[in-house]
Amino acid sequence: MPPITPKLLFRAAVLGVAVVVIQVAAVSQVLLFGTNADLTPLVVASVGLLCGSLPGALFGFGVGLFVDTALVQTMGLSSLVFVVAGYWAGRLRELRDPQAAVVPMIVGAAATAVTTIGFGLMNFLLGIDAPVSFLLLRQILATIVLNALIALPVFAIVRRWLSPVLPEDPRRRRRRAYTTGGLSPLSRA
Amino acid sequence: MYDKTVRRRRAVLGLLVVSSLILLTAYFGEPAGGALHSVQRGVLQVVSPIQEGASRALKPVRDLFGWVGDTVSAKGELKSARRDRDQWRASAIRNEAAARDNRQLRGLLGLDQAPQSLKAFDPVTARVTGSSPTLWYVRIFIDRGSSSGLQVDQPVIASDGSGDEGNGLIGKVETVASNSSTVRLITDASVAVAARTVSGNATGVVTPKVGNPRDLILKYTRKDDQIASGDVVVTAGTTSKRDDLAAPYPPDLPIGRVTRIDEPGSESQEVHLRPFVDLQHVEWVQVLTKKVDNNR
Repeated sequence: MPPITPKLLFRAAVLGVAVVVIQVAAVSQVLLFGTNADLTPLVVASVGLLCGSLPGALFGFGVGLFVDTALVQTMGLSSLVFVVAGYWAGRLRELRDPQAAVVPMIVGAAATAVTTIGFGLMNFLLGIDAPVSFLLLRQILATIVLNALIALPVFAIVRRWLSPVLPEDPRRRRRRAYTTGGLSPLSRA
Repeated sequence: MYDKTVRRRRAVLGLLVVSSLILLTAYFGEPAGGALHSVQRGVLQVVSPIQEGASRALKPVRDLFGWVGDTVSAKGELKSARRDRDQWRASAIRNEAAARDNRQLRGLLGLDQAPQSLKAFDPVTARVTGSSPTLWYVRIFIDRGSSSGLQVDQPVIASDGSGDEGNGLIGKVETVASNSSTVRLITDASVAVAARTVSGNATGVVTPKVGNPRDLILKYTRKDDQIASGDVVVTAGTTSKRDDLAAPYPPDLPIGRVTRIDEPGSESQEVHLRPFVDLQHVEWVQVLTKKVDNNR
């Protein structure tokens, strides 16, 4: 897990504000396949995957709080579901460290499912009346599929934005040394 | 060392969850004028200029994606035009923004000239700067607020620029800051509008079909009401000398057209409407800011 430095905090804060503004001002107004993409769970999951569970959970809480405040929603609701998504994505990295290229896609889809369904469940628990209908489920599924499709580019952008403040990945360093003529860490050993 | 890290991680997670729950409880427990609601209004005031700037800056991107979406959904109809598509794409994107604004503003002007004379209600025109991304809170953000005379619960009308039937009621003002407001749309689960059909004078309450913004339901009609597919439904606009009993919407604002009736002729019949305004394509709205004859 990288240390939470002021530079990381600054970049994460800029990222959080930017994603909410872009989501509200543009992405929410673009209808694709009958639904809208939702960048916020994708970005929260990406930060968790890149930085670990604690920064992921903190970032999720911050973004959720900003979403609820700026969108005049029930405060605390988004924070709660985004904390879960960010923490879970970070724990996945810490425990399994999956390397497959499709990991951001799967994690993005799962984070979207957790936040969308969690948000719905919390609304029901709070008594905000909205009937469960096939259409609603279909729209939730469509959002998950659409988010899965855009998860890879979103992850790439988040990684690019955060990479200057993240410690270099040891695996990447090893791979670069090996492919550019250096000795393989195995042969050195 | 390991234990310390694990304990710290769990403590922070627990703290974040508890903080969220405290916020949730406090928000629900306080009145609309409470501290957290005030913070929201303050943040709305600060964020709305940024949001408005971003909305304008990202309009070409939005239009591009909107154009792609429309093209995909209308694939069959556009088969013959596909060859010309690439040639016209660049100029279409440039011109689309201006043309849509023009159509919508002309549509709003058309509403101004309607028989019910909305001019008496002092309509204030506002630009849509954003929309809420969740399925549960169906809201849009507009760039006018209390400094333009907007108040909570004022009705909002719009045109989607699709022609004469693209005009009508879309919701009511929910939160007001000095230069921005949020509008709760009629497709939100918590919104209900007293309505009647134009031809048969059947009355009922329009509620949304959650998950489908192109379907509304007229409930509580009587089984002997004369309702048929194609009937136009408008706001009932009941008046009262008591402020708390008057309808929040003036009479005769168009809402939608009847598409089908489930269980017709029974007490539990449900009349389905297609709203006149396609809420996904609204970029300009008008807020009716003045009360006339005890209607908003």
